[in-house]
Amino acid sequence: MGELRLMKGNEVLAEAAIRCGCDGYFGYPITPQSEVMETLMERQPWNETGMVVLQAESEVAAINMVYGAAGTGKKVMTSSSSPGVSLMLEGISYIAGAELPCLIVNVQRGGPGLGTIQPSQADYFQAVKGGGHGDYKLIVLAPSSVQEMNDFVDLAFELAFKYRNPAMILTDGALGQMMEKVELSDYKKRWTENEIAEKWGSWATTGKPSSRNRNIITSLELDSCKMEMNNRRFQEKYRQMEVEEQRYEMFSCDDAEYILIAFGTSARVCQKATEIARNKGIAVGLLRPITLFPFPAKIIGELAPKVKGFLTVEMNAGQMVEDVKQAVYEAGCTRRVEFYGRMGGIIPSPGEVVEAIERNFL
Amino acid sequence: MMEIKDILKPENLVYGKSKVLTDTIMHYCPGCTHGVIHKILAELIEEMGIQEKAVGVAPVGCAVFAYNYIDVDWQEAAHGRAPALATGIVRLNPDKFVFTYQGDGDLASIGAGEIIHACNRGENILVIFINNGIYGMTGGQMAPTTLENMVTSTTPFGRDVEMNGYPLKMTDLVAQLPGTSYVTRQSAQTPAAVRKCKRALKKGIQNVLDKKGTSFIEVVSTCNSGWKMTPVQANKWMEDHMFPYYPLGDMKDCEKEKPVEKN
Repeated sequence: MGELRLMKGNEVLAEAAIRCGCDGYFGYPITPQSEVMETLMERQPWNETGMVVLQAESEVAAINMVYGAAGTGKKVMTSSSSPGVSLMLEGISYIAGAELPCLIVNVQRGGPGLGTIQPSQADYFQAVKGGGHGDYKLIVLAPSSVQEMNDFVDLAFELAFKYRNPAMILTDGALGQMMEKVELSDYKKRWTENEIAEKWGSWATTGKPSSRNRNIITSLELDSCKMEMNNRRFQEKYRQMEVEEQRYEMFSCDDAEYILIAFGTSARVCQKATEIARNKGIAVGLLRPITLFPFPAKIIGELAPKVKGFLTVEMNAGQMVEDVKQAVYEAGCTRRVEFYGRMGGIIPSPGEVVEAIERNFL
Repeated sequence: MMEIKDILKPENLVYGKSKVLTDTIMHYCPGCTHGVIHKILAELIEEMGIQEKAVGVAPVGCAVFAYNYIDVDWQEAAHGRAPALATGIVRLNPDKFVFTYQGDGDLASIGAGEIIHACNRGENILVIFINNGIYGMTGGQMAPTTLENMVTSTTPFGRDVEMNGYPLKMTDLVAQLPGTSYVTRQSAQTPAAVRKCKRALKKGIQNVLDKKGTSFIEVVSTCNSGWKMTPVQANKWMEDHMFPYYPLGDMKDCEKEKPVEKN
């Protein structure tokens, strides 16, 4: 059993980064995630593990510092909230185009624009469809507890390096600010220079020894035939992720007639809604996507013929519901896929979700 | 009479291309000094024995393909973001020699924020700033450094300072910041200027190796294609018009009291 603590989600992100052997964090303050950098600065990990923490002059600079540091084969991350992540998209597109591993955390707040500082899931499209320019995908993990805020930091780095692709933890202000019991991970050692050279020497800009050709990190290719080949390679990688990395969790789905689909904070609400509905005699289950990209389409396709309908619950105007509909369609099914959501920083109540089930299906 | 083949012998060799300069044919226009500056930088990397330590950050602009010409590890930045990349690289790899190579559109316009803050933090990097007062790669548009009344494709009647403000002296600005240790303005249009520029670059590199903070070297340059001149005319125009506004020489050369503490 690891060390048990009562901590905020944002604090846990920082603690997990230190413990998983992260080499660097670059960030810029924004509510509701500022505790990530504050916790790191308080902890002074440079004295303990050698991890570097730097407050950048903007989100634009922060993501480009991540880009530079990631190019040297180090484990680096940033965190921000919705408006800040919008600013980072240029850099994220470059990082995806240059095929570099890194971790970006989005503790979402309500938008558009400056919006609100209350929790939201309205950046789903931005996270899973690319967001910046060009055809690229992020690996997107959606924690629904403070424990998962801890666990997914290490998992995100593991997947990012496995695929040489940026990974994102897509969470929200509620999970960032919420305090829960968490079992912290054990410390992992940071990679040594030799380990980095051995593992990532084929691409990392660690300085060119006479024994190898120079490494160039770039997303530029003016020859469109070669650029198309690059894109084909990226797409193959994304298809491989879809085959190997779909993650989800199911509650009471075995005998369910209606299935709720929700991630993160709204999945917690839906878990309670499932209980309430069951007590009322409605056979409801919950499917909680953990990876938003790759989206767990396979299990939705398997469940579709067995149920009467799906209700997707999100803290936005209806974004993931499009992927649910696509998954049902691709399974050759005609099950109804309905949507219930709240916007602008409002978290739906379990009662509202049960009402939405009754209104749509009964 | 002596045949060429009789002259081309190792014992007669007085000058050679640096091994750090690749054999790739440069894409720069005839008359452009990017190639000259690449050459002296490559020579210094070889002479100072720092090829294995060097990581370059290329800009967006004419020098976007700098990584094809100098045989060290490189990263290609987004437009203006080279100092942020360099910060990320050097903070996590403090023993590397990290440098950016940026034009005036990249550094003084879209990347003004990144360069000011990198210099203000005293990032231990070398910044090579090529200032020719114009956007070369995109076809000769106005840069922040374009001189008053200078004609470009977006100021076809000359830069109107009422409309566009005054030419920005970035080098004077960064010299004010405590994080910079060596700030100088050079040129590369004559053999004497090239030698002087090489000495300045060498000092800048040595400062980075000695962890003295940011060294910032502006090279006032021409863009004869964008300026619509012959190379000779462009050099003359630079001397007559650019040098009075961007005077050459060291702006700051101090031993910093102490290097910026890196965590």
